[in-house]
Amino acid sequence: MSAEPIQPLTPGSVRRLPQGEDFRRNIARRRFIGRIWRYLFFSSLIIGVIALVTLLGTIVNRSFGTVAVQERVNPATLADRPLEDLSQEELLAIAQANISGNVRRRLDREEPLAERNEAELLRIIEEFVLQREVVNSWPLSETLFNYRHIEEQAAEEFPNARLEFRSWVSWDFIVRPMSRTPALAGIRTALLGSIWMIVITMLLAFPIGVGAAIYLEEYARDNLINRIIQTNINNLAGVPSIIYGMLGLAIFVRGLEYFTSGQFLGPGGAPNGRTLISAALTMALLILPLIIINAQESIRAVPNSLRQASYGLGATQWQTIWNHVLPVALPGILTGTILGMSRAVGETAPLIVIGAATYIVTDPSGPFSSFTALPIQIYNWTSRPQDQFRDIAGAGIVVLLILLLSLNAAAILLRNRFRRSI
Amino acid sequence: MANQARVGVEGSSTVLSGVGSETLNLRKRSRPGEKFIQGTLFICGIISIFTTMGIVYVLFTESWRFFGSPEVSISEFLTSTTWQPRVGEFGIWPLLNSTLITSFIAMVVATPLGLGSAIYLSEYATPRIRSILKPILEVLAGIPTVVYGYFAISFMTPLLRLIFGTSTVQIYNMASAGLVMGIMVLPLISSMTEDALSAVPRSLREGAYGLGATRLETALNIVVPSALSGIIAAFIIGISRAVGETMIVAIAAGAGPRFTFNPFEAAETMTGHIARISSGDLGFDTIDYNSIFAIGLTLFIMTLVLNILSGYVVRRFREVYE
Repeated sequence: MSAEPIQPLTPGSVRRLPQGEDFRRNIARRRFIGRIWRYLFFSSLIIGVIALVTLLGTIVNRSFGTVAVQERVNPATLADRPLEDLSQEELLAIAQANISGNVRRRLDREEPLAERNEAELLRIIEEFVLQREVVNSWPLSETLFNYRHIEEQAAEEFPNARLEFRSWVSWDFIVRPMSRTPALAGIRTALLGSIWMIVITMLLAFPIGVGAAIYLEEYARDNLINRIIQTNINNLAGVPSIIYGMLGLAIFVRGLEYFTSGQFLGPGGAPNGRTLISAALTMALLILPLIIINAQESIRAVPNSLRQASYGLGATQWQTIWNHVLPVALPGILTGTILGMSRAVGETAPLIVIGAATYIVTDPSGPFSSFTALPIQIYNWTSRPQDQFRDIAGAGIVVLLILLLSLNAAAILLRNRFRRSI
Repeated sequence: MANQARVGVEGSSTVLSGVGSETLNLRKRSRPGEKFIQGTLFICGIISIFTTMGIVYVLFTESWRFFGSPEVSISEFLTSTTWQPRVGEFGIWPLLNSTLITSFIAMVVATPLGLGSAIYLSEYATPRIRSILKPILEVLAGIPTVVYGYFAISFMTPLLRLIFGTSTVQIYNMASAGLVMGIMVLPLISSMTEDALSAVPRSLREGAYGLGATRLETALNIVVPSALSGIIAAFIIGISRAVGETMIVAIAAGAGPRFTFNPFEAAETMTGHIARISSGDLGFDTIDYNSIFAIGLTLFIMTLVLNILSGYVVRRFREVYE
């Protein structure tokens, strides 16, 4: 660290190393500096940990909390028992007596009231008869540490409301379709859209990606075109995802609209090319470099002796690859693929550019239907100023993170399972 | 590599007599199936080239249309500091400026933290601490950027407004987006740097210890300089990632291009602008539609240059051992 310039070793000028007390002080100083830096390095790592904890804390804080619920109509005026205890016929009678005109006609058109089950009827009565609404919400931290303040504020601003604890992440939240009222909104359409998109994306990207990796590792000679392919793949991995979105917008949505809107199958396709298939194609291109690079690495790691033994027994090149190289490389390939998959699940920017719908109540019915996806929904809710949209955005993030976590867990399980069987 | 295995069979034209009266022909057979498979795999590989060609083609043709329209000129695009499509003002600088500011803030956060944690993980940590702390950074790397955007707007912005006062810090501001982007880039820089550090052979460290260097002196004077090419490459890739990042700035940095150097003000970045313009039902062949491709082209060129630069640094300045 503090190296002195080296002096020539002439008898008069021999520099003495620090001795005795000096030596000890010098050592102590160097050790002290070392210790300080060690704490600095460690604290930068700890800052990363704190960031992660704060991030998760912020999300959890928002997805649970207290809400003030207000009802326009007192349920006691509708029935003598709690509404939850009523049978389907009784609920139907209440709904028919109290919902009138256009609203009932609209509901009947979706599905006749008489054919709906108790849970659905209860939800309809809550929304249209009781007109139950969440007038305010408070995050978890306030609920736990400052409940008195919530009570005061609620008593002052919403005297008719009652406070209840609410987990914004719930089964209802997952299975309900979109709604313009945050308390009634769900992510059903978004979740289905994401799942459809991922399945199609993987059907496209997995075979192509692994194929390209096999070509580059097993067949490609070291010539110009193959070097270009390799460099190109490495550069594609660094292209921002929003650029892929623009590629998708111009080529798949616009250029190939006749195909991506499903019009080539006959009338009744989507009105434009902003469909699941366009999104899946774009995502496939986006994660291809990732899959190829990972697959290449695991194919490269297969020992050459395995190939030589197979050739020695008279196998052709493809037989060798299919029966010997791929099975050994498979765990690595699958891990890379699942990493690519979780990238595609969370990717938002390209979907925005392609034009995923932000409000859509019907489930996607196939590759050629317009769609929304989980991250799009989170983005949409996050960018609204009202507090309750922030709450359901947090709940959406919890669902998204659980989805990603289970994908990664699946990757680890798969890897371990295959590793054992070889 | 794989082809050499066939050579032995290819050369031999010996005809052995089989068990029966038939003769066994060991001449290399033509296998159309194998050729077909090889061709298919080649097509898989070539798709990536088509992707690049597609990106370049799309960006250039749409930008060509943009610059060809009477309201726009290239010199105005490159020099003007106002971007107001309504009145026909298309200067890239407000967008570029806020992209640079947010990326700068991100790198100020991510570089020291990333370097510090990489040095700790590679030089100091015991295997046990490593196995606990490294996965946490990996989790941080796997979180979708829209979640970081949510974090910026619902935690970082209120925090900044609490510290600096609500009058100085606007609801949407570049500082919040930049700081959170720094957290996002941190695991990338940390893991690339750590790879570079652990590639330095052990013998170099042992040599330094043998001369009486402390752990810190070894790390800073021997290991870091030896891994410098990898560290610089990580830094450049980090910038490229920050420049291309969309969701954090789209959520937290504000809507509306503004030419300002104050990080506490709202200003839209290039990516944020593309996201906002295209999230409506954007009509094709409008000037707005064409303009996002011109911005995209600028972005593409910037990240491409950065990526190529990082590859060059690694190749040119790498210290090769053994």
